[in-house]
Amino acid sequence: MQMKRLALALAAAACFAPAAQAQTEIQWWHSMGGALGERLNGLAGKFNASQKDYKVVAVYKGQYPVSMTAAIAAFRAGNAPHILQVFEVGTATMMAAKGAVVPVAKVMADAKEPFNPKAYLPTVAGYYTDLKGNMLSFPFNSSTVLFYINHDSFRKAGLDPNKPPRTWAEVNAAAEKLKGSGQQCTYTTSWPSWMHIENFSAWHDVPMGTKQNGMGGFDTQFNFNSPLHVRHVAMLGDMAKRGLFTYAGRTNQGDAKFSSGECAMFSGSASATAGIRKAARFEWSANFIPYHDDVKGAPQNSIIGGASLWVMGGKKPVEYRGVAKFLAFLSRPEVQMEWHTGTGYVPITLASYDLTRKSGYYDKNPGADLPVRQLTHKAPTANSKGLRFGNFVQGREVIEEELEAVFSGRKEAKAALDDAVRRGNDILRRFEAANR
Amino acid sequence: MEKRVVFRSAWLPYALLAPQIAVTLVFFFWPAVQAVWFSFQEQDAFGLRTEFVGLANFERLFRDENYLASFGTTALFSSLVAFSGIAISLLLATMADRVVRGALAYKTLLIWPYAVAPAVAGVLWAFLFAPSIGVITYVLKQAGIDWNWIIDAEQAMLLVVVASVWKQISYNFLFFLAGLQSIPRSLIEAAAIDGAGPLRRFWTIVFPLLSPTTFFLLVVNIVYAFFDTFGVIDATTQGGPAQATHILVYKVYYDGVKAADLGGSSAQSVVLMFIVIALTAVQFRFVERRVQY
Repeated sequence: MQMKRLALALAAAACFAPAAQAQTEIQWWHSMGGALGERLNGLAGKFNASQKDYKVVAVYKGQYPVSMTAAIAAFRAGNAPHILQVFEVGTATMMAAKGAVVPVAKVMADAKEPFNPKAYLPTVAGYYTDLKGNMLSFPFNSSTVLFYINHDSFRKAGLDPNKPPRTWAEVNAAAEKLKGSGQQCTYTTSWPSWMHIENFSAWHDVPMGTKQNGMGGFDTQFNFNSPLHVRHVAMLGDMAKRGLFTYAGRTNQGDAKFSSGECAMFSGSASATAGIRKAARFEWSANFIPYHDDVKGAPQNSIIGGASLWVMGGKKPVEYRGVAKFLAFLSRPEVQMEWHTGTGYVPITLASYDLTRKSGYYDKNPGADLPVRQLTHKAPTANSKGLRFGNFVQGREVIEEELEAVFSGRKEAKAALDDAVRRGNDILRRFEAANR
Repeated sequence: MEKRVVFRSAWLPYALLAPQIAVTLVFFFWPAVQAVWFSFQEQDAFGLRTEFVGLANFERLFRDENYLASFGTTALFSSLVAFSGIAISLLLATMADRVVRGALAYKTLLIWPYAVAPAVAGVLWAFLFAPSIGVITYVLKQAGIDWNWIIDAEQAMLLVVVASVWKQISYNFLFFLAGLQSIPRSLIEAAAIDGAGPLRRFWTIVFPLLSPTTFFLLVVNIVYAFFDTFGVIDATTQGGPAQATHILVYKVYYDGVKAADLGGSSAQSVVLMFIVIALTAVQFRFVERRVQY
């Protein structure tokens, strides 16, 4: 067996020797399972077919926290991948790891690969760019939060589904009517912190932390216990008490509650669209997220969620050239359009957005451009560019715990948000100390 | 007559023990020492900067009222798991011991759950009890019970206890069954002839004779509840709602594995280690006195 395999390998080497010698392998660890994983493999395959010098090997490493832990362990053992897909809450951790990562801007410059940061959607690229304008990681899959309504339930309650609630006051009024018509669950949400603290702050142009939401330095402090935040969370607690808001859990459990028809209104990721389209046995639409209309400047723009590609440190120059080539390939309008239309994630460059629009895709799929329109609703401000909080994996957990205390009626909104800010700041200070 | 086996060689007993000692050292003592070492350090996720911080990690833990609150949660959780796990499996074992026909099938089925990984068990129970789509949720709703552990703290605790106990029953069952089978039939028969009913026979003969087994299982179950249950919690409640099911070991797992906070996580595991050492010592000191070997 051993001999046979050796002979085979030798034979193969003899046949392909020139090609094999020239090809440099680029390891890419990612967290896209199922249909998304197939799309991702398609991208790698296309790149490999487009040239002969480099071969991108895409490896699925489990969900976001798992693949990140695996990559950290691999880095400590000295065999990290070249490219690692990291979820947005891991951004500060990656960025702080100087020496473990190489900023994308540097990779592109070193490889002399043409690269213009201005070509990218500001709210998308901004999340992963430092204040000097250097792109740190490559925005790969980004979505944002949308507001979904069930048209059939709206009609049954005597509401006009073509006039979806735009403000939270209208959401409350609609919820009352829906409840009156016998709707068990009128409103639910997925990703409570991302929706009701992170995006809520950006959409109302208020900070959730100092130093431009952490973008200006690790000495940032949370301040999402402002009167506006308290008012919003108190409103949700009140809705829960009156049976107008059904809490679904910390991740995407709300998706199923909407697509099964159980809940009539729903805040969820734009990436939930595919699942809803498949499962929903009713007419529905996605809309801009609601806002409080007495807040000046609202609605501003929403922020992204999703993941970006980080280039890991300690590799050979020739490998970095391959990485740069691959990232340039991913930025091509036609490649982006394919990814955008195939997955529902937003296009990352303005050119690909234009190309998709010109192709007539948005006319055939009304609402497919909604995430981009909401992300670019206004030019991003210091409050709506994105977030960069140290160890936000823990920070988000704290926020979600305190929100749950409000939703279950165990804590007042003010006390809960004060506690969340205080506990969150402890985490930020520790991160600052560890990354000094 | 001397029944003990005596080794005449000076090195043979040590050589025979060596593999076991090596395994214990490498897989138990070495990680424990490392955890203690890490608990005095502050480290970034990638291990690029390491700073010796003395007891700072511990100080921070004990200042955190949420961490202190999770001691109470852990105590409640562990005693529920250990007590109901032992009680239910004792009941099942006494039943299975009496079965004549099909005994093997019963026993096999009862031992089966032990082969299921904690995370899988958690997912199974989470599906059965899922707030909107779970089968059992549906049955409960028909019975007029509003089942929603996503937001109801007591129900969440109940769910993780049930899932953890279910996992451990097989193990307990095996030991109880073996214990029951080693009780001489003649003793029980003599009591029966003297007119003792089944319950009286159980409490005055069977239970005392099982006490070494019960004591062993008490120790094992408490260790299980303290250390091995994070998989179940991660797959179901993830510590929520709020912090209702946030037991100590889950926080160790979350901070260490998911949030890459090695210093904080190691400090917690050292605290946990001391608690379990203390608990085991207390059990041997006080509970064991009542055990009849």
